[in-house]
Amino acid sequence: MATTYQNKIVRINLKDRSITVEEIPVEKSIKYLGGRGLGTKILYDEGGAVADPMSTDNKLILMAGALTGAQVPTNGRYMAITRSPLTGMIACSNSGGVWGVKLRLAGWDGIILEDAADSPVRIHIEDHKIEILPADDLWGKTSTETEETLKALYPAASVLNIAPAAETGSLMAAIINEADRAAGRSGVGYVMGKKKLKAITVAASRKKLEPFDEAALKEAVNASMQLIKENGVTSGGLPTYGTAVLVNIINNVGSLPTKNWQGSYDERADMISGETMTDQHLVRKSACSRCPIACGRVLKRQDKEIGGPEYEVLWAYGSNCGVDDIEAIFEANYWCNELGLDAISTPCTIASAMELYQRGYITEAECEGIPLTWGSTEAIIEWTKRMGYGQTKLGQRMAQGSYRLCEHYGHPEYSMSVKKQEMPAYDARGIQGIGINYATSNRGGCHVRGYMISPEILGLPEQLDRESIEGKATWVKIFQDLTAVIDAAGMCLFTSFAMGALQYADIINAATGTNYDAAGLLEVGERIYNLERMFNKAAGMKPEDDKLPRRLTDEPISDGPSKGSISQIKVTLPQYYEVRGWDHAFPKQETLERLGLAD
Amino acid sequence: MIEVRLFATFRIRREKILFLEAEKYATAGEIIDVLEIPREEVAILLINGRHSKADTAVHDGDVLALFPPVGGG
Repeated sequence: MATTYQNKIVRINLKDRSITVEEIPVEKSIKYLGGRGLGTKILYDEGGAVADPMSTDNKLILMAGALTGAQVPTNGRYMAITRSPLTGMIACSNSGGVWGVKLRLAGWDGIILEDAADSPVRIHIEDHKIEILPADDLWGKTSTETEETLKALYPAASVLNIAPAAETGSLMAAIINEADRAAGRSGVGYVMGKKKLKAITVAASRKKLEPFDEAALKEAVNASMQLIKENGVTSGGLPTYGTAVLVNIINNVGSLPTKNWQGSYDERADMISGETMTDQHLVRKSACSRCPIACGRVLKRQDKEIGGPEYEVLWAYGSNCGVDDIEAIFEANYWCNELGLDAISTPCTIASAMELYQRGYITEAECEGIPLTWGSTEAIIEWTKRMGYGQTKLGQRMAQGSYRLCEHYGHPEYSMSVKKQEMPAYDARGIQGIGINYATSNRGGCHVRGYMISPEILGLPEQLDRESIEGKATWVKIFQDLTAVIDAAGMCLFTSFAMGALQYADIINAATGTNYDAAGLLEVGERIYNLERMFNKAAGMKPEDDKLPRRLTDEPISDGPSKGSISQIKVTLPQYYEVRGWDHAFPKQETLERLGLAD
Repeated sequence: MIEVRLFATFRIRREKILFLEAEKYATAGEIIDVLEIPREEVAILLINGRHSKADTAVHDGDVLALFPPVGGG
């Protein structure tokens, strides 16, 4: 039976250099869909939840989605799955570009990386030929240097790499591919660095995957492409302005946190907005594999083209650090890519350090010549580099993330994080639903896991009142479940501005031979979400870990259109558990049984 | 005065910020019309930071922000 599933995963032990091809039973792929679902299931079954996340026992799984590599829009997504060294919980970090496509075309659904090499190595995959090669000469190189060196050796391959941040032990280290796409969050790069694995190149001779039903797939894809073309976000806003278009929107609802969330309205937001980037700096837009949306930004830096920042990064280096210089943010974002750092957690950690400095807990002397002053363009660039290279005592400490930093100074409450992962760019005091997602996201502070901004701010699929809590818990569950489906399918979340569960079901069925309807597909998403929660439970998560920082529940927004607002998470959290069929933050037995997770 | 803020493609051939006399306009929709923006092109309409509709009344001192369909993550 033709299917986009390759039914093969390769297990690579970097210590004994064994390379083992394993079959994945297709029923397992179908039950967990792929990517985020299947990868988490494999890790969980192999004891991943109780491995020491900072040790070489922590396995790293790179997993393609059900549709990765198929002839579908946005077919390039893959997941880096491990136990996060930052949070101790499931780490499931999503990246786009081309690397995932190559992995699938080479014949693989995923790679399981175990143990560690004694000295730096790299892996080269060419269809089913896999080699582990020395990489001492690459260790220490930036993403661009690594990409250029390896592309010279293998012009047809795609490059995935870590960079100095992972090599020097930052808990916010990312995995980079094609030099400017990132599996950014939760420290997945740290785990790869611990294994002394510098890069994985993949080349494939196949150009195409065989779907279950080619004609049906073409029809389903055409229907979805039509929706994408007709939708104002996917065909207008995103290609023209990128995600940066959100700066002015979120600011104008008074929910753009400033100076480590001490305020939530930025008078100078327009200077770091998508409009400013497009009008004054954009060279052109760019797209990932088979993507009709093209939200990527290309900028110029000293005669070279580089990737431009996303909304979250503009906010985090900009408003959240008091900075209004967009070019300084371009530079800081560039260094995140070059050094392999999470471009959300890194600036959020800098912001928390700036507040500690403001309050006198971090001293002038500790700043070693670069004061952590609000608005300092030198600070956002140089501290990023210090964190990425592991330079200066404070830089090394900051590289461990905002929670450990603030805890060291006796003030963990200044870490604007959930489960130790920094929250992104939407003030949960002004937008109630996203707050529920922040508190309950299985990987910690995150917006993409249940992007409530879509209904609460953008009016998609319908306009909700951002200040109301009515019905929000139910919406959050639906968004979280659908997101899990899209992640497991290997498509890009942005297609969901235009597509719904039915469209994803039609495409998945045609590609893999399954028979989902919309409800059935959402149930798979629900299964994945609950599986992750059980992983976290085994990892030692406590019910009180589902909470927002005190600032969001106790300190009303101090300025702007949402002045006076706080998060009502204390009311909405129990409502969410009710909707989920959970008790005290964990799935009830009947919920596990219903979802086939009870063993 | 009513402060009108325009964003994204609405800025093309228009100013980013306009100040209009409050007495002349009863609703947000009337302002959208006078700016020659087709009403169906306005995806997000904020009055003082809150989502509103074209038939919502506007008053002196209000800030009206208009966005075409945009999105992100």
